[in-house]
Amino acid sequence: MLSVRLYFLQRVTALLMAPLVLGHLAMIIYATQGGLSAAEILGRTQGSVLWLLFYGTFVFAVSIHAAIGVRAVVHEWLGVKGAVLEVVMWATGLGLLALGSRAVWAVTFA
Amino acid sequence: MTSNFLKVTIERGAGAKNAQRVFEVPAHENQTVLDVVSWIQQCADPTLSYRFACRVGMCGSCAMMVNGVPRWTCRTHISKVLDDNAVTIGPLRNLPTIKDLVVDMDPFFDKWVAAEGMHHGGRTREHPIAPVDEKSAARIEANAGIECINCSVCYAACDTVAGNPEYLGPAALLRAWTLLNDARDEGREAILDAVSDKSGCHNCHSMGSCTAYCPNELDPMSAIAGLKRETTKSFLGRVR
Repeated sequence: MLSVRLYFLQRVTALLMAPLVLGHLAMIIYATQGGLSAAEILGRTQGSVLWLLFYGTFVFAVSIHAAIGVRAVVHEWLGVKGAVLEVVMWATGLGLLALGSRAVWAVTFA
Repeated sequence: MTSNFLKVTIERGAGAKNAQRVFEVPAHENQTVLDVVSWIQQCADPTLSYRFACRVGMCGSCAMMVNGVPRWTCRTHISKVLDDNAVTIGPLRNLPTIKDLVVDMDPFFDKWVAAEGMHHGGRTREHPIAPVDEKSAARIEANAGIECINCSVCYAACDTVAGNPEYLGPAALLRAWTLLNDARDEGREAILDAVSDKSGCHNCHSMGSCTAYCPNELDPMSAIAGLKRETTKSFLGRVR
């Protein structure tokens, strides 16, 4: 159920996510260790193009990577195929992109 | 042997789990799984169907599930698989059962063709014989995979085939890989296209059952990884 195109996209997004996941984990540890409040965190992220780019890229990569992974799992474990499989993949990807983008926008520019 | 008899359970019929028959088979010091099945057919139940030909691990026709694991039965000593002096033998997994221990191998061989697992010659008898450099890296890769006996043990062992019946499977992809590395084969593009399809090499999760169970100790998993590399390079070349 994976063509070379989907395989390639999933590997490239994995490469993209590897440093972003590490950055994200480091950020969580830093923020909780130092006892930063929500307001203090928002104070640093609001208006920051850098955080918008960091988490925007993260959300974009996750949406593609997870949608292709879900496609393989749903096909192999539930036997879903054809047009329904395409719909599941696109719905997963677009759903994650919508939820993630909304969250990123909320902490940076909303 | 702790007893003079072995308890042998044979899974018979398409609904194998519902059609188990138990046989008591005389134990011998030197006995393969195929010997046990042959004794049942010759001495206990002549209606039992199974396949074999060479009995020396060359023809690839006697593979069966032995205690849930695919094996070449002619080269598997019964003492290696006995569990409390008992063994369960069934038809190969991932292929339709025709009767008893005989499976329909058509899907397996159809996929060899779908993976372009045939020679793509470009020369005629007027041309000189294509030189083969035994020491080249490509030839070493090809040599590592050409001793496949088409027994379908890897195909039966593959969990990706179990979940995705259209997947070409380890044996067909291993053959595609050996041909891709064969200096005499001129079907590079056809092979790369065939294994890049939705049922192709990119479905492999590298779980490694093919390599773990191959009776000839071949390594289809690494061959599939090689195909993934080559198809990705070719894909990037086309995008550019």
